[in-house]
Amino acid sequence: MSVDLEHYLIVGAALFSIGLYLALAKRNFIGVLMGIEMMFNAANLTLISFSRFVESDQALSGHVFVVFSITVAAAEAAIALALAVLIYRTRETIDVDSLDLLKG
Amino acid sequence: MDDTGVVIAFYVLAAMTIGSALSVVIVRNIIHAVVGLIGTFAGLAGLYVTLSADFIAIAQILIYIGAISILFLFAIVLSPRASRGNTETFMRFPALALAGLVGAVLTYAAVDTSWNVTNEEGFEETAATIGELLLDQYVLPFEIASVLLLVAVIGAIVLVRPEPMEEED
Repeated sequence: MSVDLEHYLIVGAALFSIGLYLALAKRNFIGVLMGIEMMFNAANLTLISFSRFVESDQALSGHVFVVFSITVAAAEAAIALALAVLIYRTRETIDVDSLDLLKG
Repeated sequence: MDDTGVVIAFYVLAAMTIGSALSVVIVRNIIHAVVGLIGTFAGLAGLYVTLSADFIAIAQILIYIGAISILFLFAIVLSPRASRGNTETFMRFPALALAGLVGAVLTYAAVDTSWNVTNEEGFEETAATIGELLLDQYVLPFEIASVLLLVAVIGAIVLVRPEPMEEED
């Protein structure tokens, strides 16, 4: 019994689809953001496992890419949660289905 | 990776990651969902250790568990009169279908492709090499990332200022 690249890729795929479901279906804006963070994490796991298992002359470039990905995810989380607080301040709710100002 | 310990660790950590992620979907309170999210991040940090990515595992714990989860909790407590529920919108079944489809396609691609796998053992330690790469080959993206972080911090502060800046009369 051994653990191979495919095992990690399947975990990444499962995590990505759970994140996608959260981002599409959750009513609470914070829940949507949780889904987006989960998709970021699934992509990071995939990059790290490719870096570990796949033949390459630049073995650690995948790790460097994940460092940048984590940076972008942190910046995204800070801005998006600031937006959540801002929306709450003007509308007293952060439910995405009640944010329908652009509806005709 | 035939080591029995690594195999057991992989299955335990993968079950913890996916289980916590599912609990984020299932629980009805948004604060409990954050706890599930922290479990997902912690399981991923363990999976990074099994992939011999020590630096990324520590960064995962510091940034995701230490910073981003706390940011989620702050956003929840700063919106006290908003709903604490974690229910789905009417998009529930289309989203379920789409997520299942994407997961199935990704799994099929992962299993069906013949990856160019090496037989090498894991890395000895990665932090020093990552540091050299960041300051040598990837120095321009590194600087851009630092500017991006600065912009994000300033942007977040400006967005949540209690009063908009007064215009000069």
